[in-house]
Amino acid sequence: MSNILEVKDLNISFDTYAGKVQAIRGVSFDLKKGETLAIVGESGSGKSVTSRSIMRLLSQNANIEKGQIVFDGKDLVQASEKEMQAIRGKRIAMIFQDPMTSLNPTMTIEKQISEPLKLHQKMNRAQSRKRTLQLLELVGLPEPEKRMKQYPHQFSGGQRQRIVIAIALACNPDILIADEPTTALDVTIQAQILELMKELQEKIDTSIIFITHDLGVVANVADRVAVMYAGKFVEMGTVDEVFYNPQHPYTWGLLASMPTLETATSLYAIPGTPPDLLDPPKGDAFAPRNEYAMKIDTELAPPMFKISKSHYAATWLLHEDAPAIDPPQEIKARQQLYMKKFAGRHNDGGEQ
Amino acid sequence: MENAKEKILEVKNLKQYFNPGSKNEVRAVDGITFDIFRGETFGLVGESGSGKSTTGRSIIRLYEPTDGEIDFQGTKVHEISKKKDLLKFRRDMQMIFQDPYASLNPKMKVRDIIAEGIDIHGLADSKKERNDRVDELLKLVGLNPDHASRYPHEFSGGQRQRIGIARALAVKPKFIVADEPISALDVSIQAQVVNLLMELQKSQDLTFLFIAHDLSMVKYISDRIGVMNSGKLLELAPAEDVYNKPLHAYTESLLSAVPLPDPDYERSRKRTAYVPRVPNNEPEELREIVPGHYVYCRESDVDRLKKKRAAYDNKK
Repeated sequence: MSNILEVKDLNISFDTYAGKVQAIRGVSFDLKKGETLAIVGESGSGKSVTSRSIMRLLSQNANIEKGQIVFDGKDLVQASEKEMQAIRGKRIAMIFQDPMTSLNPTMTIEKQISEPLKLHQKMNRAQSRKRTLQLLELVGLPEPEKRMKQYPHQFSGGQRQRIVIAIALACNPDILIADEPTTALDVTIQAQILELMKELQEKIDTSIIFITHDLGVVANVADRVAVMYAGKFVEMGTVDEVFYNPQHPYTWGLLASMPTLETATSLYAIPGTPPDLLDPPKGDAFAPRNEYAMKIDTELAPPMFKISKSHYAATWLLHEDAPAIDPPQEIKARQQLYMKKFAGRHNDGGEQ
Repeated sequence: MENAKEKILEVKNLKQYFNPGSKNEVRAVDGITFDIFRGETFGLVGESGSGKSTTGRSIIRLYEPTDGEIDFQGTKVHEISKKKDLLKFRRDMQMIFQDPYASLNPKMKVRDIIAEGIDIHGLADSKKERNDRVDELLKLVGLNPDHASRYPHEFSGGQRQRIGIARALAVKPKFIVADEPISALDVSIQAQVVNLLMELQKSQDLTFLFIAHDLSMVKYISDRIGVMNSGKLLELAPAEDVYNKPLHAYTESLLSAVPLPDPDYERSRKRTAYVPRVPNNEPEELREIVPGHYVYCRESDVDRLKKKRAAYDNKK
């Protein structure tokens, strides 16, 4: 598979009254055609800033200090505003978290969906109306002909998110960035929207960057997962590698702090709070919360260690000189569970 | 615990309508009945609009119910009229709110926020006693007593929720209504707060009504769970049974929609949609299928549900 997007050593800071906040501190990744990459992390970890920088939608006080965002052979960091306008909404589109605020309350649905069609594809009224109807059918909105004349307040939260998705898909974008698209929705509605997104991805073959803090959602949608902490990717791999063979203690903590159907004993909680990025720690940013931290973690930030062709983690525990440690019970259970499931699948004839 | 069950709260046929009688009448809670036993955590789950928060608010007497009765420690909550009795009720029952940003007064110092209840109920004889008590509470919820002179904006979401918990505990309540206390927090912080609540329950001898929409967390924290939809309680059972032996179609649908952090499970998970039944003449009500496991159903459903439950039991 070819790469549609390559982000190289991205560094972004924000000027604030208190000083410079180092929000993104050297993020590199690539996105393949047709895949879903999930970026997981807590509030303030930099996952939304990363995605907004791809669209160049950062606020006034943001500085891209270093790095490249290569899309279709072009570095978006250097692109002019005019060039970006030709990309935004057409080749890279975005779905936001809150469908209540990302639609214009004073415009009909039809007008909002046809906006990118008229702007980017120079469609006339009849063409855009036809396409709008198509899109609303695609996202499963009932009675599209009647409803496209209505305003956002006449729709439920789930329906509004379907409309937002229709707008994002209007120009068949190469990349769709979904920033917590289901966080504001109820579980049954969330399930419907996730099903819709997967179905549409197959139909129009778009790549998705899916930003979320919900590991259940990640397990559902992602092909690959990047775990973000304090402005860096700390672990990256296929969804199976990250969930069943996690290597970074922060990933361990995240997985162990979510109850599964099997959890009966006490829930693991990562102690402490994330670091202040006004003054990022010298070594590994997770060290103060990490029970497996070694002396070197406070002195030198770990590089990305390679575990497999697709699996990387930034922890000194993977260094050849690191002592052997005993991962938490919950993580060992995950690895065993996977071995069992994997073995079972082979016996079934291995249809994968 | 099983045989020493003492009811601390009884909700009987509670109805909470908004704009009753008018065109836009909303039946937020429509005739629900359940008990909560002393020392347990009762989880109330449902989607937005199911009436779960309204139920919590009616119980703590933030609303006057349209019909029905709420008994707390043998007293009818909505018939308390003397100021002294109401004060006592407010002391025994406290609330923890969802949004730790909106539920703390930004103009008050943490010390005064936590001590407000102590002052109202006159629980401290001197300023020193008051301050000592605040320090003790801050330590209890895992905060530094030195932080008492700070304002809420100086704290993170998780820390604010701890302040909210300390405030609730200040008057030594017996019963706490926790309305989505962790929904606004990050995953790693959620686990911290949930563990804190469970520790406090043991050390402070508390009973919890835990209202939430996150089913996996509710299962983990609750002894028993009630599932609500459209103002009705559709299923009520021990937490394990609601999860592993769901009987009502709505519960099954809700469980099938929850994504779990397990890619292999996610690949095979099939969601079942919930289609509400068309009402007929037969009345529906909460009926006990096996001891402790209640389902909202018709009399003619009971045999089928008993078989369904037995099939689960035999599978184990």
